[in-house]
Amino acid sequence: MENDVLVVGGRAFTSRLFTGTGKFAADALIPKMLASSGSQMITVALRRIDSSARSENILDHIPRTVTLLPNTSGARNAEEAVRIARIARAAGCGDFIKIEVITDTKYLMPDNWETLKATEILAKEGFLVLPYVLPDLPLAKRLESAGAAAVMPLGAPIGSNRGLETASLIALLIENCRVPVVVDAGIGRPSHAAAAMEMGADAVLVNTAIATAQDPVAMGRAFSLAVAAGRTAFLARMAEESQVARASSPLTGFLNEDG
Amino acid sequence: MNVTINGQPERIVPGTIEEMVCRKGLQPEALVVEHNQEVVPRERWSHIALQEGDVLELLRFVGGG
Repeated sequence: MENDVLVVGGRAFTSRLFTGTGKFAADALIPKMLASSGSQMITVALRRIDSSARSENILDHIPRTVTLLPNTSGARNAEEAVRIARIARAAGCGDFIKIEVITDTKYLMPDNWETLKATEILAKEGFLVLPYVLPDLPLAKRLESAGAAAVMPLGAPIGSNRGLETASLIALLIENCRVPVVVDAGIGRPSHAAAAMEMGADAVLVNTAIATAQDPVAMGRAFSLAVAAGRTAFLARMAEESQVARASSPLTGFLNEDG
Repeated sequence: MNVTINGQPERIVPGTIEEMVCRKGLQPEALVVEHNQEVVPRERWSHIALQEGDVLELLRFVGGG
């Protein structure tokens, strides 16, 4: 397991748990959560300033050793996503970008078509693109060809905590994609994260389930353990299922047997 | 002088980006300034004099997933 490194966009990560900075009751919890979870990649968002809001800089709460993954949330089409990505990079956030293009405000479903367009443009500009998408295999292959560094299919709607509702579609991506598959959105419990890793997902991205837990720091650790357990199980190759019982103890030499 | 800041037309005193940020009482550490679709690094704020009709975005990084 020590040599089990995840490579995304040419960078190596020993943690397969990506986290987010949204919804924390206090930003000061973020570095504590990063320490407890061991997460090495974390998302941030870009917004217009709001004079009434706190002027704290979220980046001050993220240690330099953790890779920033700015997202393009708020973008409604490829052009807006591209613009946000360029601003984030120019502002010193590095080359990683999570493409998030959403027009549906009820379910926050990503617009796969616009996401593909943005990926094509940004990959050419040298961005390390992680597109957030509905799990659609032909689309994932197109994203791969367009130069995406990974694909990030959703398990369930953002913030819904419902788990891997799209499991069978994600499985197709895992089986057929050359780039890492990172399950993003919907993961509500450590067991969901473990299940995704058992399936062979390369990583998971968890925000709401950690940030809105009563103790986000402890929950960060719980997710870290679950991700490690699921990954280890995947590498250990799970035993087969059976429709009938298969005794674990020998079926011979019973004490009540007559000679 | 008339400029557009975060999508809103605004009358401001002529001056540099640095001066505008200062007059607005904004904390420079947390601020990302986009000037006519180009991000201006903080060390360049004092070199750029704002012009009539300029379009500015004053942004910051926030928590997000």
